[in-house]
Amino acid sequence: MHISANPWVWLGVFFTLSVLSFLYKDNPFYKLAEHVTVGVSIGYMVVIWWSNSVNPKFIMPVFQEGRLILIIPAILGLMMILRIVPKYSWLSRYAICFTVGAGSGIAIPRSLQAQVLRQLEATMLDLGFTTTNGINNIIIFLGVMAVLIYFFFSKEHKGVFGGIAKVGIWFLMIGFGATFGYTVMARLSLFIGRVLFILQDFLGLTVVG
Amino acid sequence: MAELRTKTFWEKLIRIDRRIIYLIIGLTIILPFFFRMGLPIPVTKEVKDIYDYIETLKPNDVVILSADYTPSVSPELNPMFDAILRHCFKNDVKVIAMSLQIQGPGLISPIIQEAANDYNKTNGVDYVFMPWIYGWTLVIMQMMENYQSTFPTDYYGTRTEDLPMLKNIHNFEDYDLAITFTGSSSYFWWLTYAHEPYGVPTAVGVTAVSAADLYPFIQSGQFIGILGGLKGAAEYETLISETRMATIGMEAQNWAHIVIILFIIIGNIGHLAIGRKK
Repeated sequence: MHISANPWVWLGVFFTLSVLSFLYKDNPFYKLAEHVTVGVSIGYMVVIWWSNSVNPKFIMPVFQEGRLILIIPAILGLMMILRIVPKYSWLSRYAICFTVGAGSGIAIPRSLQAQVLRQLEATMLDLGFTTTNGINNIIIFLGVMAVLIYFFFSKEHKGVFGGIAKVGIWFLMIGFGATFGYTVMARLSLFIGRVLFILQDFLGLTVVG
Repeated sequence: MAELRTKTFWEKLIRIDRRIIYLIIGLTIILPFFFRMGLPIPVTKEVKDIYDYIETLKPNDVVILSADYTPSVSPELNPMFDAILRHCFKNDVKVIAMSLQIQGPGLISPIIQEAANDYNKTNGVDYVFMPWIYGWTLVIMQMMENYQSTFPTDYYGTRTEDLPMLKNIHNFEDYDLAITFTGSSSYFWWLTYAHEPYGVPTAVGVTAVSAADLYPFIQSGQFIGILGGLKGAAEYETLISETRMATIGMEAQNWAHIVIILFIIIGNIGHLAIGRKK
């Protein structure tokens, strides 16, 4: 065992244990860790945002290269900030209009193609009972239809329609089960990461590989 | 007045203090780091497909590795970024490392340096490392059209036009694969703004929480494959024959899963037993 002499590692261990102490009950150490995380994250973001974005993409081009056209989006940005001044908050609507309009124009057709049309295409499959692929395709087709019928609320879920909707619930439940299993795995992975940090980086122990 | 009575065995069983459960899970995770049982890590098709795709790439082909995540999910995503980066280096594939998340570059910087040292790779020649810049989807769209104008300098402040590796990299036609590592839905950005309009082959490494949502995109052929959580990273380490953080962590993960399954079974037996008595 070789305990780290790096003060940043000690600080990391302190905050790790402070956060984990919440598992016992809420306490001031947990609160401190929570507030420090938020504060440090915001501080870090502001500095990086300034040095990687505002300075090289606005201040330097405008004041050193004379690209005055960039003042137009800068004014739009300032108008957005005016939202916090009640008297001039109406000005922010123009900037928001521009952002929403441009954003929608770019996003809607492409999202429709990537997330709707291609997914629809993926349900138009070769169905068959002779190959594994064919059987899988039947399951996918039935699953999609049953779940879509479950989410069709303009007709009462009774009779055959209700039966298919119930099959849709089963497909959904299997999906939720898989997501839950993965979620458990994810949370444990985060804890494993912290345990490894304490064992290796802090205590200097050799873990079995 | 409520009648006082002692709790039955089954009632005690389903009301175990949650802190005892945390303690047992904690010990189950810590102990395997010292007593390895060597549980197998079978490789799934979704992970193998990414490995196989990179195997087909020629030296000097270009892979974009975009670490679009924050520190909160780094225990899951750092190992997969590390594993794929090492695979690229092993095959002499050129790597563009970048991040659409402001905290991303800081997370992958030590991983890149360690892997570059291990494989004798030079910054600017074998790989480039780009800084975070504002824009998210706009960054992807711009780099598909003009790489040099998207990133004026690299992470270390060197002008991109001075980096030898980027001399022949201009736009989407020069990218042979893009892999995004994310703990959010930002994989949609690469799908929507890189794969669909420009046909850039795309794969994804996600936190386990998001993994189940990705399968429809595998089935539709939009993503080449996925790495889901620490397990996905461990599978990739198995494929490249390197025992690193994910493989070590999976031993603990496997045991923790066994204990959780036991808790679920015990809890359900308790509920069944009480239900029958009532």
